[in-house]
Amino acid sequence: MLLINIAGLALIALIVWWFWLYKPKEAELGESDLVITVENGTYSPSRIKVPTGEPVEIKFIRKDQSPCSETLLIPELQISDTLPLNKLKTIQLPALAAGEYAFHCQMQMYRGQITVK
Amino acid sequence: MSSVNTESGKPGCHKDTDNNTQHHNHENGSGPHNHVDSAAHQELIIEGAGCASCVGKIESALKAVPGVENAEMNFAQRTVSVIGNAAASDLLKAVEKAGYNAKLAAAENEDDALAEKEKADQVYYKRLMKETWIALSLGGPLMAYALITGEVNVNTTTERIAWLVVGILTFGVLYFSGKHFFVGAWKSFLNHSANMDTLIALGTGTAWLYSMVVVFFPDAVPDQARHVYFEATAIIIGLIDLGLALELKARGRTSEAIKRLIGLQAKTARVIRDDKELDIAIELVLLNDVVRVRPGEKIPVDGEVVEGHTAIDESMLTGEPMPVEKATGDTVAAGTINKSGSILFKATRVGKDTALAQIINMVKRAQNSKPPIGRLADVISAYFVPVVMIIAVASALTWLNFGPEPAVAFAIVSATTVLIIACPCALGLATPMSVMVGVGKAAEAGVLIRNGEALQTASKISAMILDKTGTITLGAPKVTDVLVAGEHDEQAVLRLAATLESGSEHPLAMAIVESAQERGIEMGKVSNFNAIAGHGVQADVDGKTLLFGNEKLMRERTIELGDFVEKAQALAAEAKTPMYFAVDNKLAAIIAVADPIKEDSIAAIKRLQHNGIRVVMLTGDNRATAKAVAEKAGIKEFFAEVLPEEKSKKVQELQMEGEVVGMTGDGINDAPALAIANVGFAIGTGTDVAIESADITLMRGSLHGLADAIAVSKATLRNIKQNLFGAFIYNVAGVPFAAGVLYPFLGLLLNPVIAGAAMAFSSLTVVTNANRLRLFKAQEH
Repeated sequence: MLLINIAGLALIALIVWWFWLYKPKEAELGESDLVITVENGTYSPSRIKVPTGEPVEIKFIRKDQSPCSETLLIPELQISDTLPLNKLKTIQLPALAAGEYAFHCQMQMYRGQITVK
Repeated sequence: MSSVNTESGKPGCHKDTDNNTQHHNHENGSGPHNHVDSAAHQELIIEGAGCASCVGKIESALKAVPGVENAEMNFAQRTVSVIGNAAASDLLKAVEKAGYNAKLAAAENEDDALAEKEKADQVYYKRLMKETWIALSLGGPLMAYALITGEVNVNTTTERIAWLVVGILTFGVLYFSGKHFFVGAWKSFLNHSANMDTLIALGTGTAWLYSMVVVFFPDAVPDQARHVYFEATAIIIGLIDLGLALELKARGRTSEAIKRLIGLQAKTARVIRDDKELDIAIELVLLNDVVRVRPGEKIPVDGEVVEGHTAIDESMLTGEPMPVEKATGDTVAAGTINKSGSILFKATRVGKDTALAQIINMVKRAQNSKPPIGRLADVISAYFVPVVMIIAVASALTWLNFGPEPAVAFAIVSATTVLIIACPCALGLATPMSVMVGVGKAAEAGVLIRNGEALQTASKISAMILDKTGTITLGAPKVTDVLVAGEHDEQAVLRLAATLESGSEHPLAMAIVESAQERGIEMGKVSNFNAIAGHGVQADVDGKTLLFGNEKLMRERTIELGDFVEKAQALAAEAKTPMYFAVDNKLAAIIAVADPIKEDSIAAIKRLQHNGIRVVMLTGDNRATAKAVAEKAGIKEFFAEVLPEEKSKKVQELQMEGEVVGMTGDGINDAPALAIANVGFAIGTGTDVAIESADITLMRGSLHGLADAIAVSKATLRNIKQNLFGAFIYNVAGVPFAAGVLYPFLGLLLNPVIAGAAMAFSSLTVVTNANRLRLFKAQEH
């Protein structure tokens, strides 16, 4: 019983660490074209890094049919746009100050983050 | 034949100034061709280009077309950027000749995109329904068996074999009907995120795995706990798929308003080029093209009539039911319907620049934006799924430690039920679905709401400031009286006054100029023109110094007014605006103009007051005129003689009194006051509205739009609150119930199948409730 309890608590700790504390690596918006794929309930890559102070373009392709994935919101930049199915969509970002900008679907189940450095 | 306008140095409809919402089927490229100003830029989509070697062939075929300066193909995207003044049709022909098919990128219009989306949704719906039936046709009979016989235990070898077969069948269901949940859950797990898929996959996966453990190792669990939950697994998957399918259908209805707007766009236009009339797709209409529209046809792009006259039905854009007369020089708007005559007009705004396209764009953006009331739900949904997972583990541990026998079965059931019943979707959907319907509904009534914040604040407005001129009144004043002083002659005075005012764009000035023109008076030459903000104007005409303005101005210049002050007061009491006119520092006349109140202003103001809103009028006019107009309009409070720059101060004053202030003005002169108000309403007449200038734009000149906007906002906010309340209560009550909180007191524990049904229908309920808003009707005018 003790073992089960320890395992259960460890599982809770693991959930906290995996979903909240762990910060995955960011994909860099570099020379090669970076395309964010919207598929299976996720943005991939979901964390991207862009340089500060210059306008950039981020491309999305939606392969997910669920209606939630259709809308892309970047609330801090007042961007809300529709991602067509299986078609590349370019979102233009203005020159940004350093910081973190979240992007997500209408229901926030698909989540990603743009880090401006 | 040239189809590209380069007069302005800017290309026509394929110009490269698109923002992020334009062509969504290709990228704009970031090459050096991007900002060539001297030539047009057109994008083609190439079909049938299978190999990289096609690139050279297509590029050189295009470069050979006369007028093409450069052509660059992006092979990955199958698009070509063509720079130069060649006709689009020649480019398409050249590509076809080279052995490929091409179409213009912009030709993929909203209509097509919408049709495509609906098709994709239909395919997705069918797939979900198929998955539902597969899952329910196994889960249904299993559940019936379990209910009738009560036999879901695994004790004998025969039972083990039978349940093993069922377990494998259930795995089939998980694979065929539930694969997307598992793939989604796994992908998000790898991405360190969790969503609805995670909960469903964990819930059903746990139930199935536990059941398989019971089948394979019955001895590992206590006698009483040897239940299998295959029927729950299959039914939950089936119900959630069904919920998703129904939600998809219901969601389609939430975007009806935008579909209707998109449907207003004409598909083709009849343009005149080289003396020939050609029917072309509206995407190919260029600036300055002359377009012919016959009776009964839609106006394809925005323009200015150059020949003919007609009546145009603009109700779809402005909500104004009466057709509007149009003749040479008048503007026409895309999406409106030509009723009576045949006209020729010159295209002044095409593609994404037409008023209709801008309206569609704005409505779309607003529909996706979120009012502040939804922010808490956002914060919660960001943490929701991991928290539910933790609750599931904690609840299982609690049952194992403190629960009665069979504790293992209780633990599994409670964990599964917690995972299944929690519904982040209902929470996430609550706000956006209502906003979508509410904003669309408002657009149908000719009210454009910029974003969710404006929507929410509009529902709380307690005081409404109305600018007088052009808002309450028609804004087209007419000269009513000319009272001359001493020896002056009326014609001569009017000539001087009209000459003086001919340079001014003030509506009162225009009334005087118009009055002189009506009398056939020719105007002289003005020099040293000087506008004295809020007071009047001064200039030299025929060597005389003219001064035209209000009493304050005359007093400042120490001009003797005599008994004209009383005459002016008398005029003002009749809701007319008297203005003093002095020649060489001596009073020459009073010219009075009056601006009639719009027909429905009085009723609309009554509607606002009836809703408990404090209505205040604001005007630069003198007190007496203001008082007369306010009385006529049924307004008790007014600010008169307010200088343009003071308007925003008046807004602040009301705000300091604790009011949530709405300010209504024409959106151009009143911009600072509109910006400072809690909600700024710009009132447009017809389709010529500056929709970027305010929080809410009324496309129709009528003040009823204000009452409509506030009513729609209130209804939407009420709907959002119902949805949020429902979603919160559902989750806050459902999760603990599923965990077994009631068991110690009432012996109640939720069945996972019921949890699945509740979860599946909770988001459907939210969408359906939002759809109720479609039935909303603004109070009859």
